[in-house]
Amino acid sequence: MTIPAMDNNPLFSHLQCRECGRRYPKDAIHVCEFDFGPLEAAYDYPAIAKQITRAKIGARPKSMWRYRELLPIEGEPLVGKHTGFTPLVRADRLAERLGVKELYIKNDTVNFPTLSFKDRVVSVALSRAKELGIDTVACASTGNLANAVAAHAASAGLRSFVLIPADLEQSKIINSLVYGTNVIAIDGAYDQVNRLCSEVAGKYGWGFVNVNLRPYYAEGSKTLGFEIVEQLGWKIPRHTVIPMASGSLLTKINKAYEEVGKVGLVDETAYSIYGAQAAGCSPISTAIKNNTETVRPVSKPQTIAKSLSIGTPADGYYAIKAMKKTGGTAELCSDEEIISAIRLLAETEGIFAETAGGVTLACAQKLIASGAIPRDESIAICITGYGLKTQEAIAAHVGSPAVIRPNLQAFEALIEQPVQSI
Amino acid sequence: MSVPVRIPTPLRKLTENQEIVEVDGVTIRDVIENLEKAYPGLKERICDEENNIRRFVNVFVNDEDIRFLQEAATKVKPGDEVSIVPAIAGG
Repeated sequence: MTIPAMDNNPLFSHLQCRECGRRYPKDAIHVCEFDFGPLEAAYDYPAIAKQITRAKIGARPKSMWRYRELLPIEGEPLVGKHTGFTPLVRADRLAERLGVKELYIKNDTVNFPTLSFKDRVVSVALSRAKELGIDTVACASTGNLANAVAAHAASAGLRSFVLIPADLEQSKIINSLVYGTNVIAIDGAYDQVNRLCSEVAGKYGWGFVNVNLRPYYAEGSKTLGFEIVEQLGWKIPRHTVIPMASGSLLTKINKAYEEVGKVGLVDETAYSIYGAQAAGCSPISTAIKNNTETVRPVSKPQTIAKSLSIGTPADGYYAIKAMKKTGGTAELCSDEEIISAIRLLAETEGIFAETAGGVTLACAQKLIASGAIPRDESIAICITGYGLKTQEAIAAHVGSPAVIRPNLQAFEALIEQPVQSI
Repeated sequence: MSVPVRIPTPLRKLTENQEIVEVDGVTIRDVIENLEKAYPGLKERICDEENNIRRFVNVFVNDEDIRFLQEAATKVKPGDEVSIVPAIAGG
């Protein structure tokens, strides 16, 4: 299926290979035919700089689309109009526990509609899919992306298929099925699901959000970075900690920080980007720790952070480059540390994160403890998915309710116990 | 001895739109050399100037990534299928 690209948006000029710079039309394509490098949306920054202002953005509705000049669609957004602009929480209670001065949580656990940052990427991918006349959309997913594709496809009236590893958390499976999507569970790891998808995408001409729509999909992640900057009063935080699966989110938040400088929305200030992975699947963090740019794949990821269990991270190389260039680094953490961090975030800030959020906070704690992140500078931690999505992982670690008979005597007996963890 | 090689969409212009082509070879390295003989231009897409398989290209023998086997020295035998797959983002 070849669909001619429209050219109604001169600010989003073309797709371009990140490796060799060859230019491509704005079609449903994702790799360079010459070196397999990923294709990326390219913009006319000088033209954008002339048009975009803080005031103009500030007057727009509070959604991710307020940064639309820097997003790869042609016309008005067609899907996900209410997605994004999640709270940036000043986390003073958590800051005190970590011994740092200025800490923020970018809280994408409450992103609309499916409670993870994936609503951002899917809003862009499906808006572009509609512009290209695609009627069936699909994805390979570790769960969150499937939820987002299913929900947005339902609201946009598109047919959808989501392919997932069969061992995913039950709540993530239900959170896809409810939207009436076609859920196909593959007896294999995510990387095998992904490989199947690349073969299916070539064959059926569907819009796979993370395959042939990837150049559009990936750009949606930038909005998380734009929002952090705007919500900080148009300042880039000195340190940003980001979870890594394929490494795409990290590279795109870095791109967002670069772009706000390029188009004149902020003064270009120094910042550092840090990546977080679970020890049971840490190909990117391990490469950083071994001081190499060669990402050695992990064949059998084993961690409770299933949403980060990508053994062959497509953007690992670029994530490493972004961390090194900005003076950041990467960290990894155990499953026990993930659970402790989920509890710490919930108990200090009232935010219930999924396992990936536990990874990010646990790694941030280690980066602070080791001195990699100084205690007296601004720190933003990206919490990207809601805790009820991965409740199996935490269920055995949060205690259980105290059960009493329905009378005051029993209540008093319980309350007056000297130490009681309820 | 020949094995089937699954060609990804971006390279099918070079294989006359064939999804699967049969080529001879004992190792993946041989398979790539023979692909080049049958379909000139394919090798430079898969391998860089130093003859290493490109960063964004994944090669599988059946279900296993050759990076978990013996890389380009991985042997193939009758009944195997080789797949060339671009790296994919996701999550």
